Amino acid sequence: MVIKTEGLSFHFGTQQVVKSLSLNVPEGSIYGFLGPNGAGKTTTIKLLLNLLKTQEGSISIFGEDLQRNRINILSQIGSLIEQPAIYAHLSGKENLQNRASLLQLPRKRVDEMLHLVQLEEAADKKAGKYSLGMKQRLGIALALLPDPRLLILDEPTNGLDPNGIIEIRELMIKLVSEHKKTVFVSSHMLSEVEKMATHVGIINHGELLFQGDVKDLESISQPMIQVEVANTDVAAQFLSQNGIIAADIKKDILLIPYTSQAAMAATNRLLIEGGHTVYSIHKIHKDLEKLFLSITQKAQA
Amino acid sequence: MTGFILSFRSEFYKSRKTLGFWCAIILPFIICSLVLWGSYTHVKPAPPMILWLELAGAILNVMGILLLPMYIIFVAYSVNSIEHKADTWKTLFSLPISKWSVYAAKYFYALFLVLLCLLLFAVLTLGYGYLLGSLRPELKFSDYAISSLLFQVYLKLFLSSLGILSIQFLLSLLWSDFLKPMGVGFVCTIAGAIAGGSHWKYAYLFPYSHPLLAISGISPRQGKAMQFDANVWNKEIFVSLIVAVVVFIVGYFIVEKRSVK
Repeated sequence: MVIKTEGLSFHFGTQQVVKSLSLNVPEGSIYGFLGPNGAGKTTTIKLLLNLLKTQEGSISIFGEDLQRNRINILSQIGSLIEQPAIYAHLSGKENLQNRASLLQLPRKRVDEMLHLVQLEEAADKKAGKYSLGMKQRLGIALALLPDPRLLILDEPTNGLDPNGIIEIRELMIKLVSEHKKTVFVSSHMLSEVEKMATHVGIINHGELLFQGDVKDLESISQPMIQVEVANTDVAAQFLSQNGIIAADIKKDILLIPYTSQAAMAATNRLLIEGGHTVYSIHKIHKDLEKLFLSITQKAQA
Repeated sequence: MTGFILSFRSEFYKSRKTLGFWCAIILPFIICSLVLWGSYTHVKPAPPMILWLELAGAILNVMGILLLPMYIIFVAYSVNSIEHKADTWKTLFSLPISKWSVYAAKYFYALFLVLLCLLLFAVLTLGYGYLLGSLRPELKFSDYAISSLLFQVYLKLFLSSLGILSIQFLLSLLWSDFLKPMGVGFVCTIAGAIAGGSHWKYAYLFPYSHPLLAISGISPRQGKAMQFDANVWNKEIFVSLIVAVVVFIVGYFIVEKRSVK
């Protein structure tokens, strides 16, 4: 495990922000850390970077205890926390050069990073005059500058346009698949993480509600059979007379809980034999957003 | 040590385009040039020692009473405000550099700016004295060697400012709002000027009185006409150094324990 926390808890005064969190982030994964605003994501990230002192529990990164090996661990981490921290009076390039010199990195890394995040043309412009998306890209360049083993990104797609979001997503996938990095990325946009994460942790009110492989999540996500038929109301009634209850009836589609391939084929046959026109039938997964809602609602209940 | 040097260099890199840095250079130039202009137009021929005392004294009086403490308040704030404004404390403290190096480099950079400023004051006073002598040959500045005394006085002023620097540095690090450290510093500077100016016997214990005491502590050398003693190692200087070291160390432990927002 690249990140492993055990019983990690943190409170600001009397307010418990993180409750007994046990994270397991495997090497080479894109770990999507999901939760609504105020769920404790940023606090957890600050704990992982030793910006907040661990009050209870333990944090181990690269198999080493964070408290005892702080500098060694931090030297292998690149991070972007909340809004990118950028010196507005310096240009984008100067921001990178300052960091490169602090970390004793060669100057050519600065140009590589500017190229990577496509800020070459705006390199000499004051960072204070950058758009939010450009600032975010510079923040990511700063995080990637030391070529870290582990990248910790807090809401990295905030303020980015759709193209920017796709670029960042592809960059993360590339970092993991080609460069064997591990990415820990927090987000409140579940659909976003769903598109790139290999592992997921869902946090709400400081508690970890789910953790595991994206496939594990899918397996508990109650897949459905989506049937596109000519007249959904009539078809639904016909199916219920035959003991198959539709979970949702929309204008053009019916959603029926998936149990097995055979049952799906039987449903199809039944509809056709009953004289219904079936345009398409396939298995779908509940999207992560609905799943997230159901998990959080379940936790609150 | 590497972390300290890298951080110190970074402080220079970050601040070299800010008013905080340029103030250390511009302030001595403006004040010394104004005094030079005033001296050039108004000074009447007098014994060389008196000429030097008038020139250096005019600058030192402005500096010691109000400007030096205010300048220190500003410098201490400016090195910290770079991080407050950019919200970069979290980044600085998540770099693989010890917190001690980051903290100490920032403090010593502020100290370096104060030193640079005072050194420029000393050099410009000396240079402008000789310049005045050459512009108006009847003013015999070159007939009296003041450099040793002048540098001792500025060294003393520098040492006397360290207590204030440590306090203001810590306040500016903890408070992102300029008005708070500025307000506390301003009130203390006024109190320090009153305490020092009224010869209150415990004024030497109050750091904000130290620059004033440092200047008023210069005395004619006993038994030797035309010579002065800077009295560098007066008790207020020791108090200033002790306050500086203690607050600097206490400040580190506060930073170390404090959560980074």
